[in-house]
Amino acid sequence: MKTRFILAAAAFVAAAPALAQVSVDGAWLRETAPGARTGAGYGLVVNAGSAEDRLLGGSTPVAARLEVHSMTMDGGIMRMRPVTGGLAIPAGGRVALKPGGYHLMLIGLKQPLRRGTMVPVTLDFARAGLLKLSLRVESIDHGRESPHAGH
Amino acid sequence: MPAIDRGLRRLRLWLWAVVALVASALAAATLGLWPRGVDGGDDPAADYASTFGGPFSLVDPQGRRVTDATLKGKPFALFFGFTHCPDVCPTTLQSMARLRRKLGADGDRFNIVFVSVDPERDTPAEIGTYLSMFDTPIIGLTGTPAELARIVEAYHVYYQRVPIEGGDYVVDHTATVFLMDAQGRFFSTLAYEEGETARLAKLRRLVQR
Repeated sequence: MKTRFILAAAAFVAAAPALAQVSVDGAWLRETAPGARTGAGYGLVVNAGSAEDRLLGGSTPVAARLEVHSMTMDGGIMRMRPVTGGLAIPAGGRVALKPGGYHLMLIGLKQPLRRGTMVPVTLDFARAGLLKLSLRVESIDHGRESPHAGH
Repeated sequence: MPAIDRGLRRLRLWLWAVVALVASALAAATLGLWPRGVDGGDDPAADYASTFGGPFSLVDPQGRRVTDATLKGKPFALFFGFTHCPDVCPTTLQSMARLRRKLGADGDRFNIVFVSVDPERDTPAEIGTYLSMFDTPIIGLTGTPAELARIVEAYHVYYQRVPIEGGDYVVDHTATVFLMDAQGRFFSTLAYEEGETARLAKLRRLVQR
């Protein structure tokens, strides 16, 4: 009994820091048109741990797949690519997923993303493991850096 | 002492004269270049700009033919993309909707045109549904690969299908917005990175000319 408790406690202690190390601030999904089959999500990934972690991808019940994609603009040409091997989140660092840059790509949407609704999303980190989130669906304008941000 | 003072003052004046001379020479050179660019003439940039645009024939979500002739009489802002594009396409189209609102009464004086370069997935009807998300009328067009090739060539646009995992694909494409005047002639472009103030100023010039 006592041993089992100690083991459980040890497992908890071992697991707890890992879970607490990575978080996502201000995460959101962009609303989509009815019938849309792809969606995008954003947020600030913060790694409070002392080791680099990698955001590998994740899952959500509303889409067939959830991947991390990059978006680059080169000579006026937009390119989107899956981030292979995961997106590195440096130790004690943060990486922004934002419009015009890295984003969560929801592929094969089973339903449109409606503004104001909450969508469960699980992100998969190489070290921290699974991070369960609930993301709010925001307007197309959300997250613009301009002072006239969509209000 | 006073002699040295006077000498220094003369030197300083002389140096300022040099600065003024260089500055006015630069200004003259700059001003001299400007009108040539605006007037066209033998400016290679203006010649290149005049090659954007031209005849095309595509279909709208209702299945109607829309050609360059259909659009004549009103300036238009043209954007190429695809409905499965989750980031730059909705952001750009929403920005156009917002700019139109900011133009107030002038907002109706130009058309917003979206051309899908993903004919495999984007049917005219689907383009219509996609565009219904934006709170402003947008003319959504597509066509056969041959019809699309024509407009893509006319606007020197790049697009490329890129396969990703799971049998899916994304489309790399030019994300520039082309501003064309009421005669279908090239006026200017809006770059993705450009601030909204600059975009608004260009649109205002487009509709007020």
